[in-house]
Amino acid sequence: MAKIKGEIVVDTERCKGCEVCIPACPVSVIVMAAGVNRKGYHYAMPSTDACIGCASCAIVCPDGAITVYKKKFTE
Amino acid sequence: MKELRLMKGNEAFAEAAIRAGADGYFGYPITPQSEVMEYLMAQKTEERTGMVTLQAESEIAAINMVYGGACCGKRVLTSSSSPGISLKQEGISYIAGAELPCVILNCVRGGPGLGTIQPSQSDYFQSTKGGGHGDYRLIVLAPASVQEMADFASLGFDLAFKYRNPVLILADGAIGQVMEKVELQPQQPRLTMDEIKKNTPWATVGRANGRERNFVTSLDLDSLRMEKHNHDLQAKYRQIEENEMRYEALQCDDADYIFVAYGTSSRLCQKAIQLAREEGIKVGLLRPITLFPFPKKPLEDLSKRVKGMLVVELSMGQMIEDVRLSVHDKIKVEHFGRAGGMIPSPHDIVDALKKQIIGG
Amino acid sequence: MAEFKTNPEIVKPENLVYKRTEMLTPATMHYCPGCGHGTTHRIIMEVIEEMGVAADTVGIAPVGCSVLAYDYMNIDMQEAAHGRAPALATAVKRLMPEKFVFTYQGDGDLAAIGTAETIHACNRGENITIIFVNNGIYGMTGGQMAPTTLENMKASTCPYGRDIATMGSPLKITELIAQLPGTMYVTRQAVHTPAAVRSTKKAIRKAFENQKLKKGLSFVEVVSNCNSGWKMTPRQANEWMVQNMFPYFPLGDIKVNE
Repeated sequence: MAKIKGEIVVDTERCKGCEVCIPACPVSVIVMAAGVNRKGYHYAMPSTDACIGCASCAIVCPDGAITVYKKKFTE
Repeated sequence: MKELRLMKGNEAFAEAAIRAGADGYFGYPITPQSEVMEYLMAQKTEERTGMVTLQAESEIAAINMVYGGACCGKRVLTSSSSPGISLKQEGISYIAGAELPCVILNCVRGGPGLGTIQPSQSDYFQSTKGGGHGDYRLIVLAPASVQEMADFASLGFDLAFKYRNPVLILADGAIGQVMEKVELQPQQPRLTMDEIKKNTPWATVGRANGRERNFVTSLDLDSLRMEKHNHDLQAKYRQIEENEMRYEALQCDDADYIFVAYGTSSRLCQKAIQLAREEGIKVGLLRPITLFPFPKKPLEDLSKRVKGMLVVELSMGQMIEDVRLSVHDKIKVEHFGRAGGMIPSPHDIVDALKKQIIGG
Repeated sequence: MAEFKTNPEIVKPENLVYKRTEMLTPATMHYCPGCGHGTTHRIIMEVIEEMGVAADTVGIAPVGCSVLAYDYMNIDMQEAAHGRAPALATAVKRLMPEKFVFTYQGDGDLAAIGTAETIHACNRGENITIIFVNNGIYGMTGGQMAPTTLENMKASTCPYGRDIATMGSPLKITELIAQLPGTMYVTRQAVHTPAAVRSTKKAIRKAFENQKLKKGLSFVEVVSNCNSGWKMTPRQANEWMVQNMFPYFPLGDIKVNE
């Protein structure tokens, strides 16, 4: 059965740590990093590989800081 | 081929604007200049030349429509009268700050406040010292006839685009309402989009084929840059002062005294000169045509060979300050004028000359 | 908590699903973290990109938090005086009817000082799009009461809450202009969830497409949060908005004329 696996890449300098993407993710992948960016914001980052590449996080991000990838894997 | 017509000042201005290739007029009714918009509407300018004529919901909306149109490199204009021009001051400051070309007609009426609808010249300070906020100047043309109302419509556009600056045409109710013979220029074509892109590359006409985006604003939160912008504006105004100062001198060569007057007042002074000279009083007239740039040098030169100047204004005296500044108090300079829409007779002016300057 | 390792297998250009539109300039937006302005800017620019009309679009920015919109929107823009964007847009559209023209305004800009310009542009049925971000407060100037500030909602100029008796009710400007024959499409949207964003994007796309029909004005209100003004975190603000703003400013199409 083919399996879709997604991946997000967060532009950690553009992210302002608003966390609006966290509730948007249907599979609760996103958390706030312990580290901070140049402006002192904790930036968003994926915490598991459960991402399905639906781009909900990117769509709701006010700063367009998230890039989303998706690939079909045939098991 | 020029065309000869008998027209009201306001209508001649409107017709001349169409012929000067205006793209858009945005106005609002106010006495004594509503004829401008009435005429343009009656002419169906959209059909005649494609020119947009639109009645806005207020003078504020109208001047901001002018701002929007000017950002697109179009020839846009508006007209109003004193209270309406006061409403437009913020918009005019934005237009000056953003360095946009446009033409604004003010048919001045008696003030302050709702004032009266009769002619006046009590908006001189507002027009020449900047009625809105910030250090900026308008090029101010003062027509004294229906012919000049027509001529200054096209001259206004030329100067506005040459310097990317708003041009104010400071008429008054009399100039707007009186009917006189006027020679009209032939129709000039409106600007094509290519001409706009070439002449005004900064215009916001849509970011075609990959050029950098254009944006027009008068905002800059960076104070150092804003200060530099102000210096650039002042340099422009110095250039305007050097190149665009216009005035008319009548019978000044042998004069002992000078009337200084523009617009309607200058017409009264022409008769007053004749009356005075019949009594052996040699007086001439210096008529500023541009109120900014003000004819300082000609006045200064005259002050070296005349005994006194009477500044005749339909107001309580505003231009007199600039005259005094120009002649540095070397000679007697006094004001005479009526206010509230009252117009003095030439005899009154001659009496004032005798009483305030000669007798004084 | 260990930083998550990206999987190079997936992160490849051919697997790209979504990225920030080039129609936004590279500039970092100055909006507060989580502010709906950024999202709304992004959606508009995505619509312009998808329609391929960057070369034929002129945007008009207001005075308010989005006064610097022209630093972020990679199209030709004009900066309007406070409240006057619809007047600028009227002139631009009438002088260049083939262009797409939109205004981007906040609640103070559109429903306070610019009320007359809003109503009359709508009443004339100008073929433009008005994007109206309603966050119930004056954000840029530090959180003052706005025309859409809710009853009992606190702001710096109504520190004890908006008192209807002295300051009137929050102004439903969108329902007002929907009454005018000149408006052909009037809708109220939000950008706080993916679904809301998708809906708003569809609405903005429709509002832009409508300009081709020359049948009147399209008006898209976006109810949004103001985290600094409301003194909440972005997520709290979004929840507060759902509980308090949406009941008074219900989402959905208010008028759709084809």
